[in-house]
Amino acid sequence: MNTARTLATARRVLAQLRHDPRTLALLLVVPCLLLTLLRYMYDDQPLVFDRIGAALLGIFPLIVMFLVTSVAMLRERTTGTLERLLTMPLGKADLLLGYALAFGAVALVQAALASVLTLGLLGLDVAGPTWLLFAVALGDGLLGMALGLLVSAFARTEFQAVQFLPAVILPQLLLCGLFVPRSAMAAPLRWASDVLPLSYAVDAMDHLAAGPDITGALVRDLVVIGGCVLLALALGAATLRRRTA
Amino acid sequence: MMNSQAGPAPAVRIDGLTVARGGRTVLHGLDLTVARGSVTGLLGPSGCGKTTLLRSIVGVQQVAAGRIDVLGAPAGGAGLRHRVGYVTQAPSVYADLTVAENLRYFAAVLGAPAGDPARVTAEVGLAGSEHRQAAQLSGGQRARVSLAAALLGTPELLVLDEPTVGLDPVLRQDLWELFHRLAEAGTTLLISSHVMDEAARCDRLLLMREGRLLADDTPAELLARTGAPDVDGAFLALVAGAVDRTPGSPS
Repeated sequence: MNTARTLATARRVLAQLRHDPRTLALLLVVPCLLLTLLRYMYDDQPLVFDRIGAALLGIFPLIVMFLVTSVAMLRERTTGTLERLLTMPLGKADLLLGYALAFGAVALVQAALASVLTLGLLGLDVAGPTWLLFAVALGDGLLGMALGLLVSAFARTEFQAVQFLPAVILPQLLLCGLFVPRSAMAAPLRWASDVLPLSYAVDAMDHLAAGPDITGALVRDLVVIGGCVLLALALGAATLRRRTA
Repeated sequence: MMNSQAGPAPAVRIDGLTVARGGRTVLHGLDLTVARGSVTGLLGPSGCGKTTLLRSIVGVQQVAAGRIDVLGAPAGGAGLRHRVGYVTQAPSVYADLTVAENLRYFAAVLGAPAGDPARVTAEVGLAGSEHRQAAQLSGGQRARVSLAAALLGTPELLVLDEPTVGLDPVLRQDLWELFHRLAEAGTTLLISSHVMDEAARCDRLLLMREGRLLADDTPAELLARTGAPDVDGAFLALVAGAVDRTPGSPS
């Protein structure tokens, strides 16, 4: 790994985003709008909003980052810039960490905006510490980014990349405990839920919403999320081949 | 051999290169060398394996058999990555970045000197367009940004895949002058083209057809040997088998 090349890559990805203000606006504004919508859907059920709102605060960054990253990386592959970079002295880790830094910074801003909005204006009531809520949201954003980088290796076109959202993210959303508590699921579904990273993201938010203490279960959730980010990045690096057929 | 010489290893030496893609053999045991400091043209109809050969030389192509040494080291090695510049057929630059942003990034990846982006921008005749987004440039201009990126860090070997396609004749002439200036300064250039009339501008020609080498000659020798008036004619004569293949190359 080379710090100068990693930082140059992060700067380049951010410069690309700066030239695309509409994408940047969508990235930052859409989660806020959806959370606001949710708040008024449950206008007379503030307890439901507290539970679902906290979970969605973690899910939105994951979905948005997944989409943007998978398409951005696919573009790198299809326009030939990836092949050019791989003929240059750029390490795979430099490239992936450069992306992680750039989109991580965007995830940070997005999580900050969404957290301030929901906790402040929308009156979301969370028992746990605010900074931790923010940290989980950021971790989820990074998880979405790492999964997006990974699946981009399996897409040939942008159509396919976009289809990975329903294929990879929606099953996790259904099984994460948002619709049916995980403990109430049939055993095979619970097992599936146990190995899907989004379950831990939602679980962490549930713990935060429920009580002020930093429990062992919460720490376990955070460790699992962090481990999944690293695993997905490592698998993503393995899909970057200098020599292709 | 004509181009055997004492001193450093040739820029490229290939022995028995075989490449298969999608179950089909596209290069059939090629042998060739490219001398240092020369401008070598790789000519042949589209689909004959030129791009696959160039990809093999820069080390991004999976190879079934054979040996490729580039600047004295096995192709694709980490030590070669800042000594070899490669321009793909389709311009590989970031369309959403400006010319300057593209070149600054690639310069940073290569660890090229700070003044390099400005130098290469001028060399490809894009001075004044630094702050235009690549997406807004014409195809020919974008191709030159891609070429400029390959010139960053002054590589010893430049591998250019059809760099002059679609350019107007004046620009093409300018680029060929640039290529010869680079060669005089010691750079080796391997340039593919399917336009046979560019052959006369090369020091040496590699003629390819269907994954095999038809000829490895200087332009003058090629015409003399085939008795053809131009390279197109020489190509046809070689395909017709009217003359022997290059002396010394395996049949």
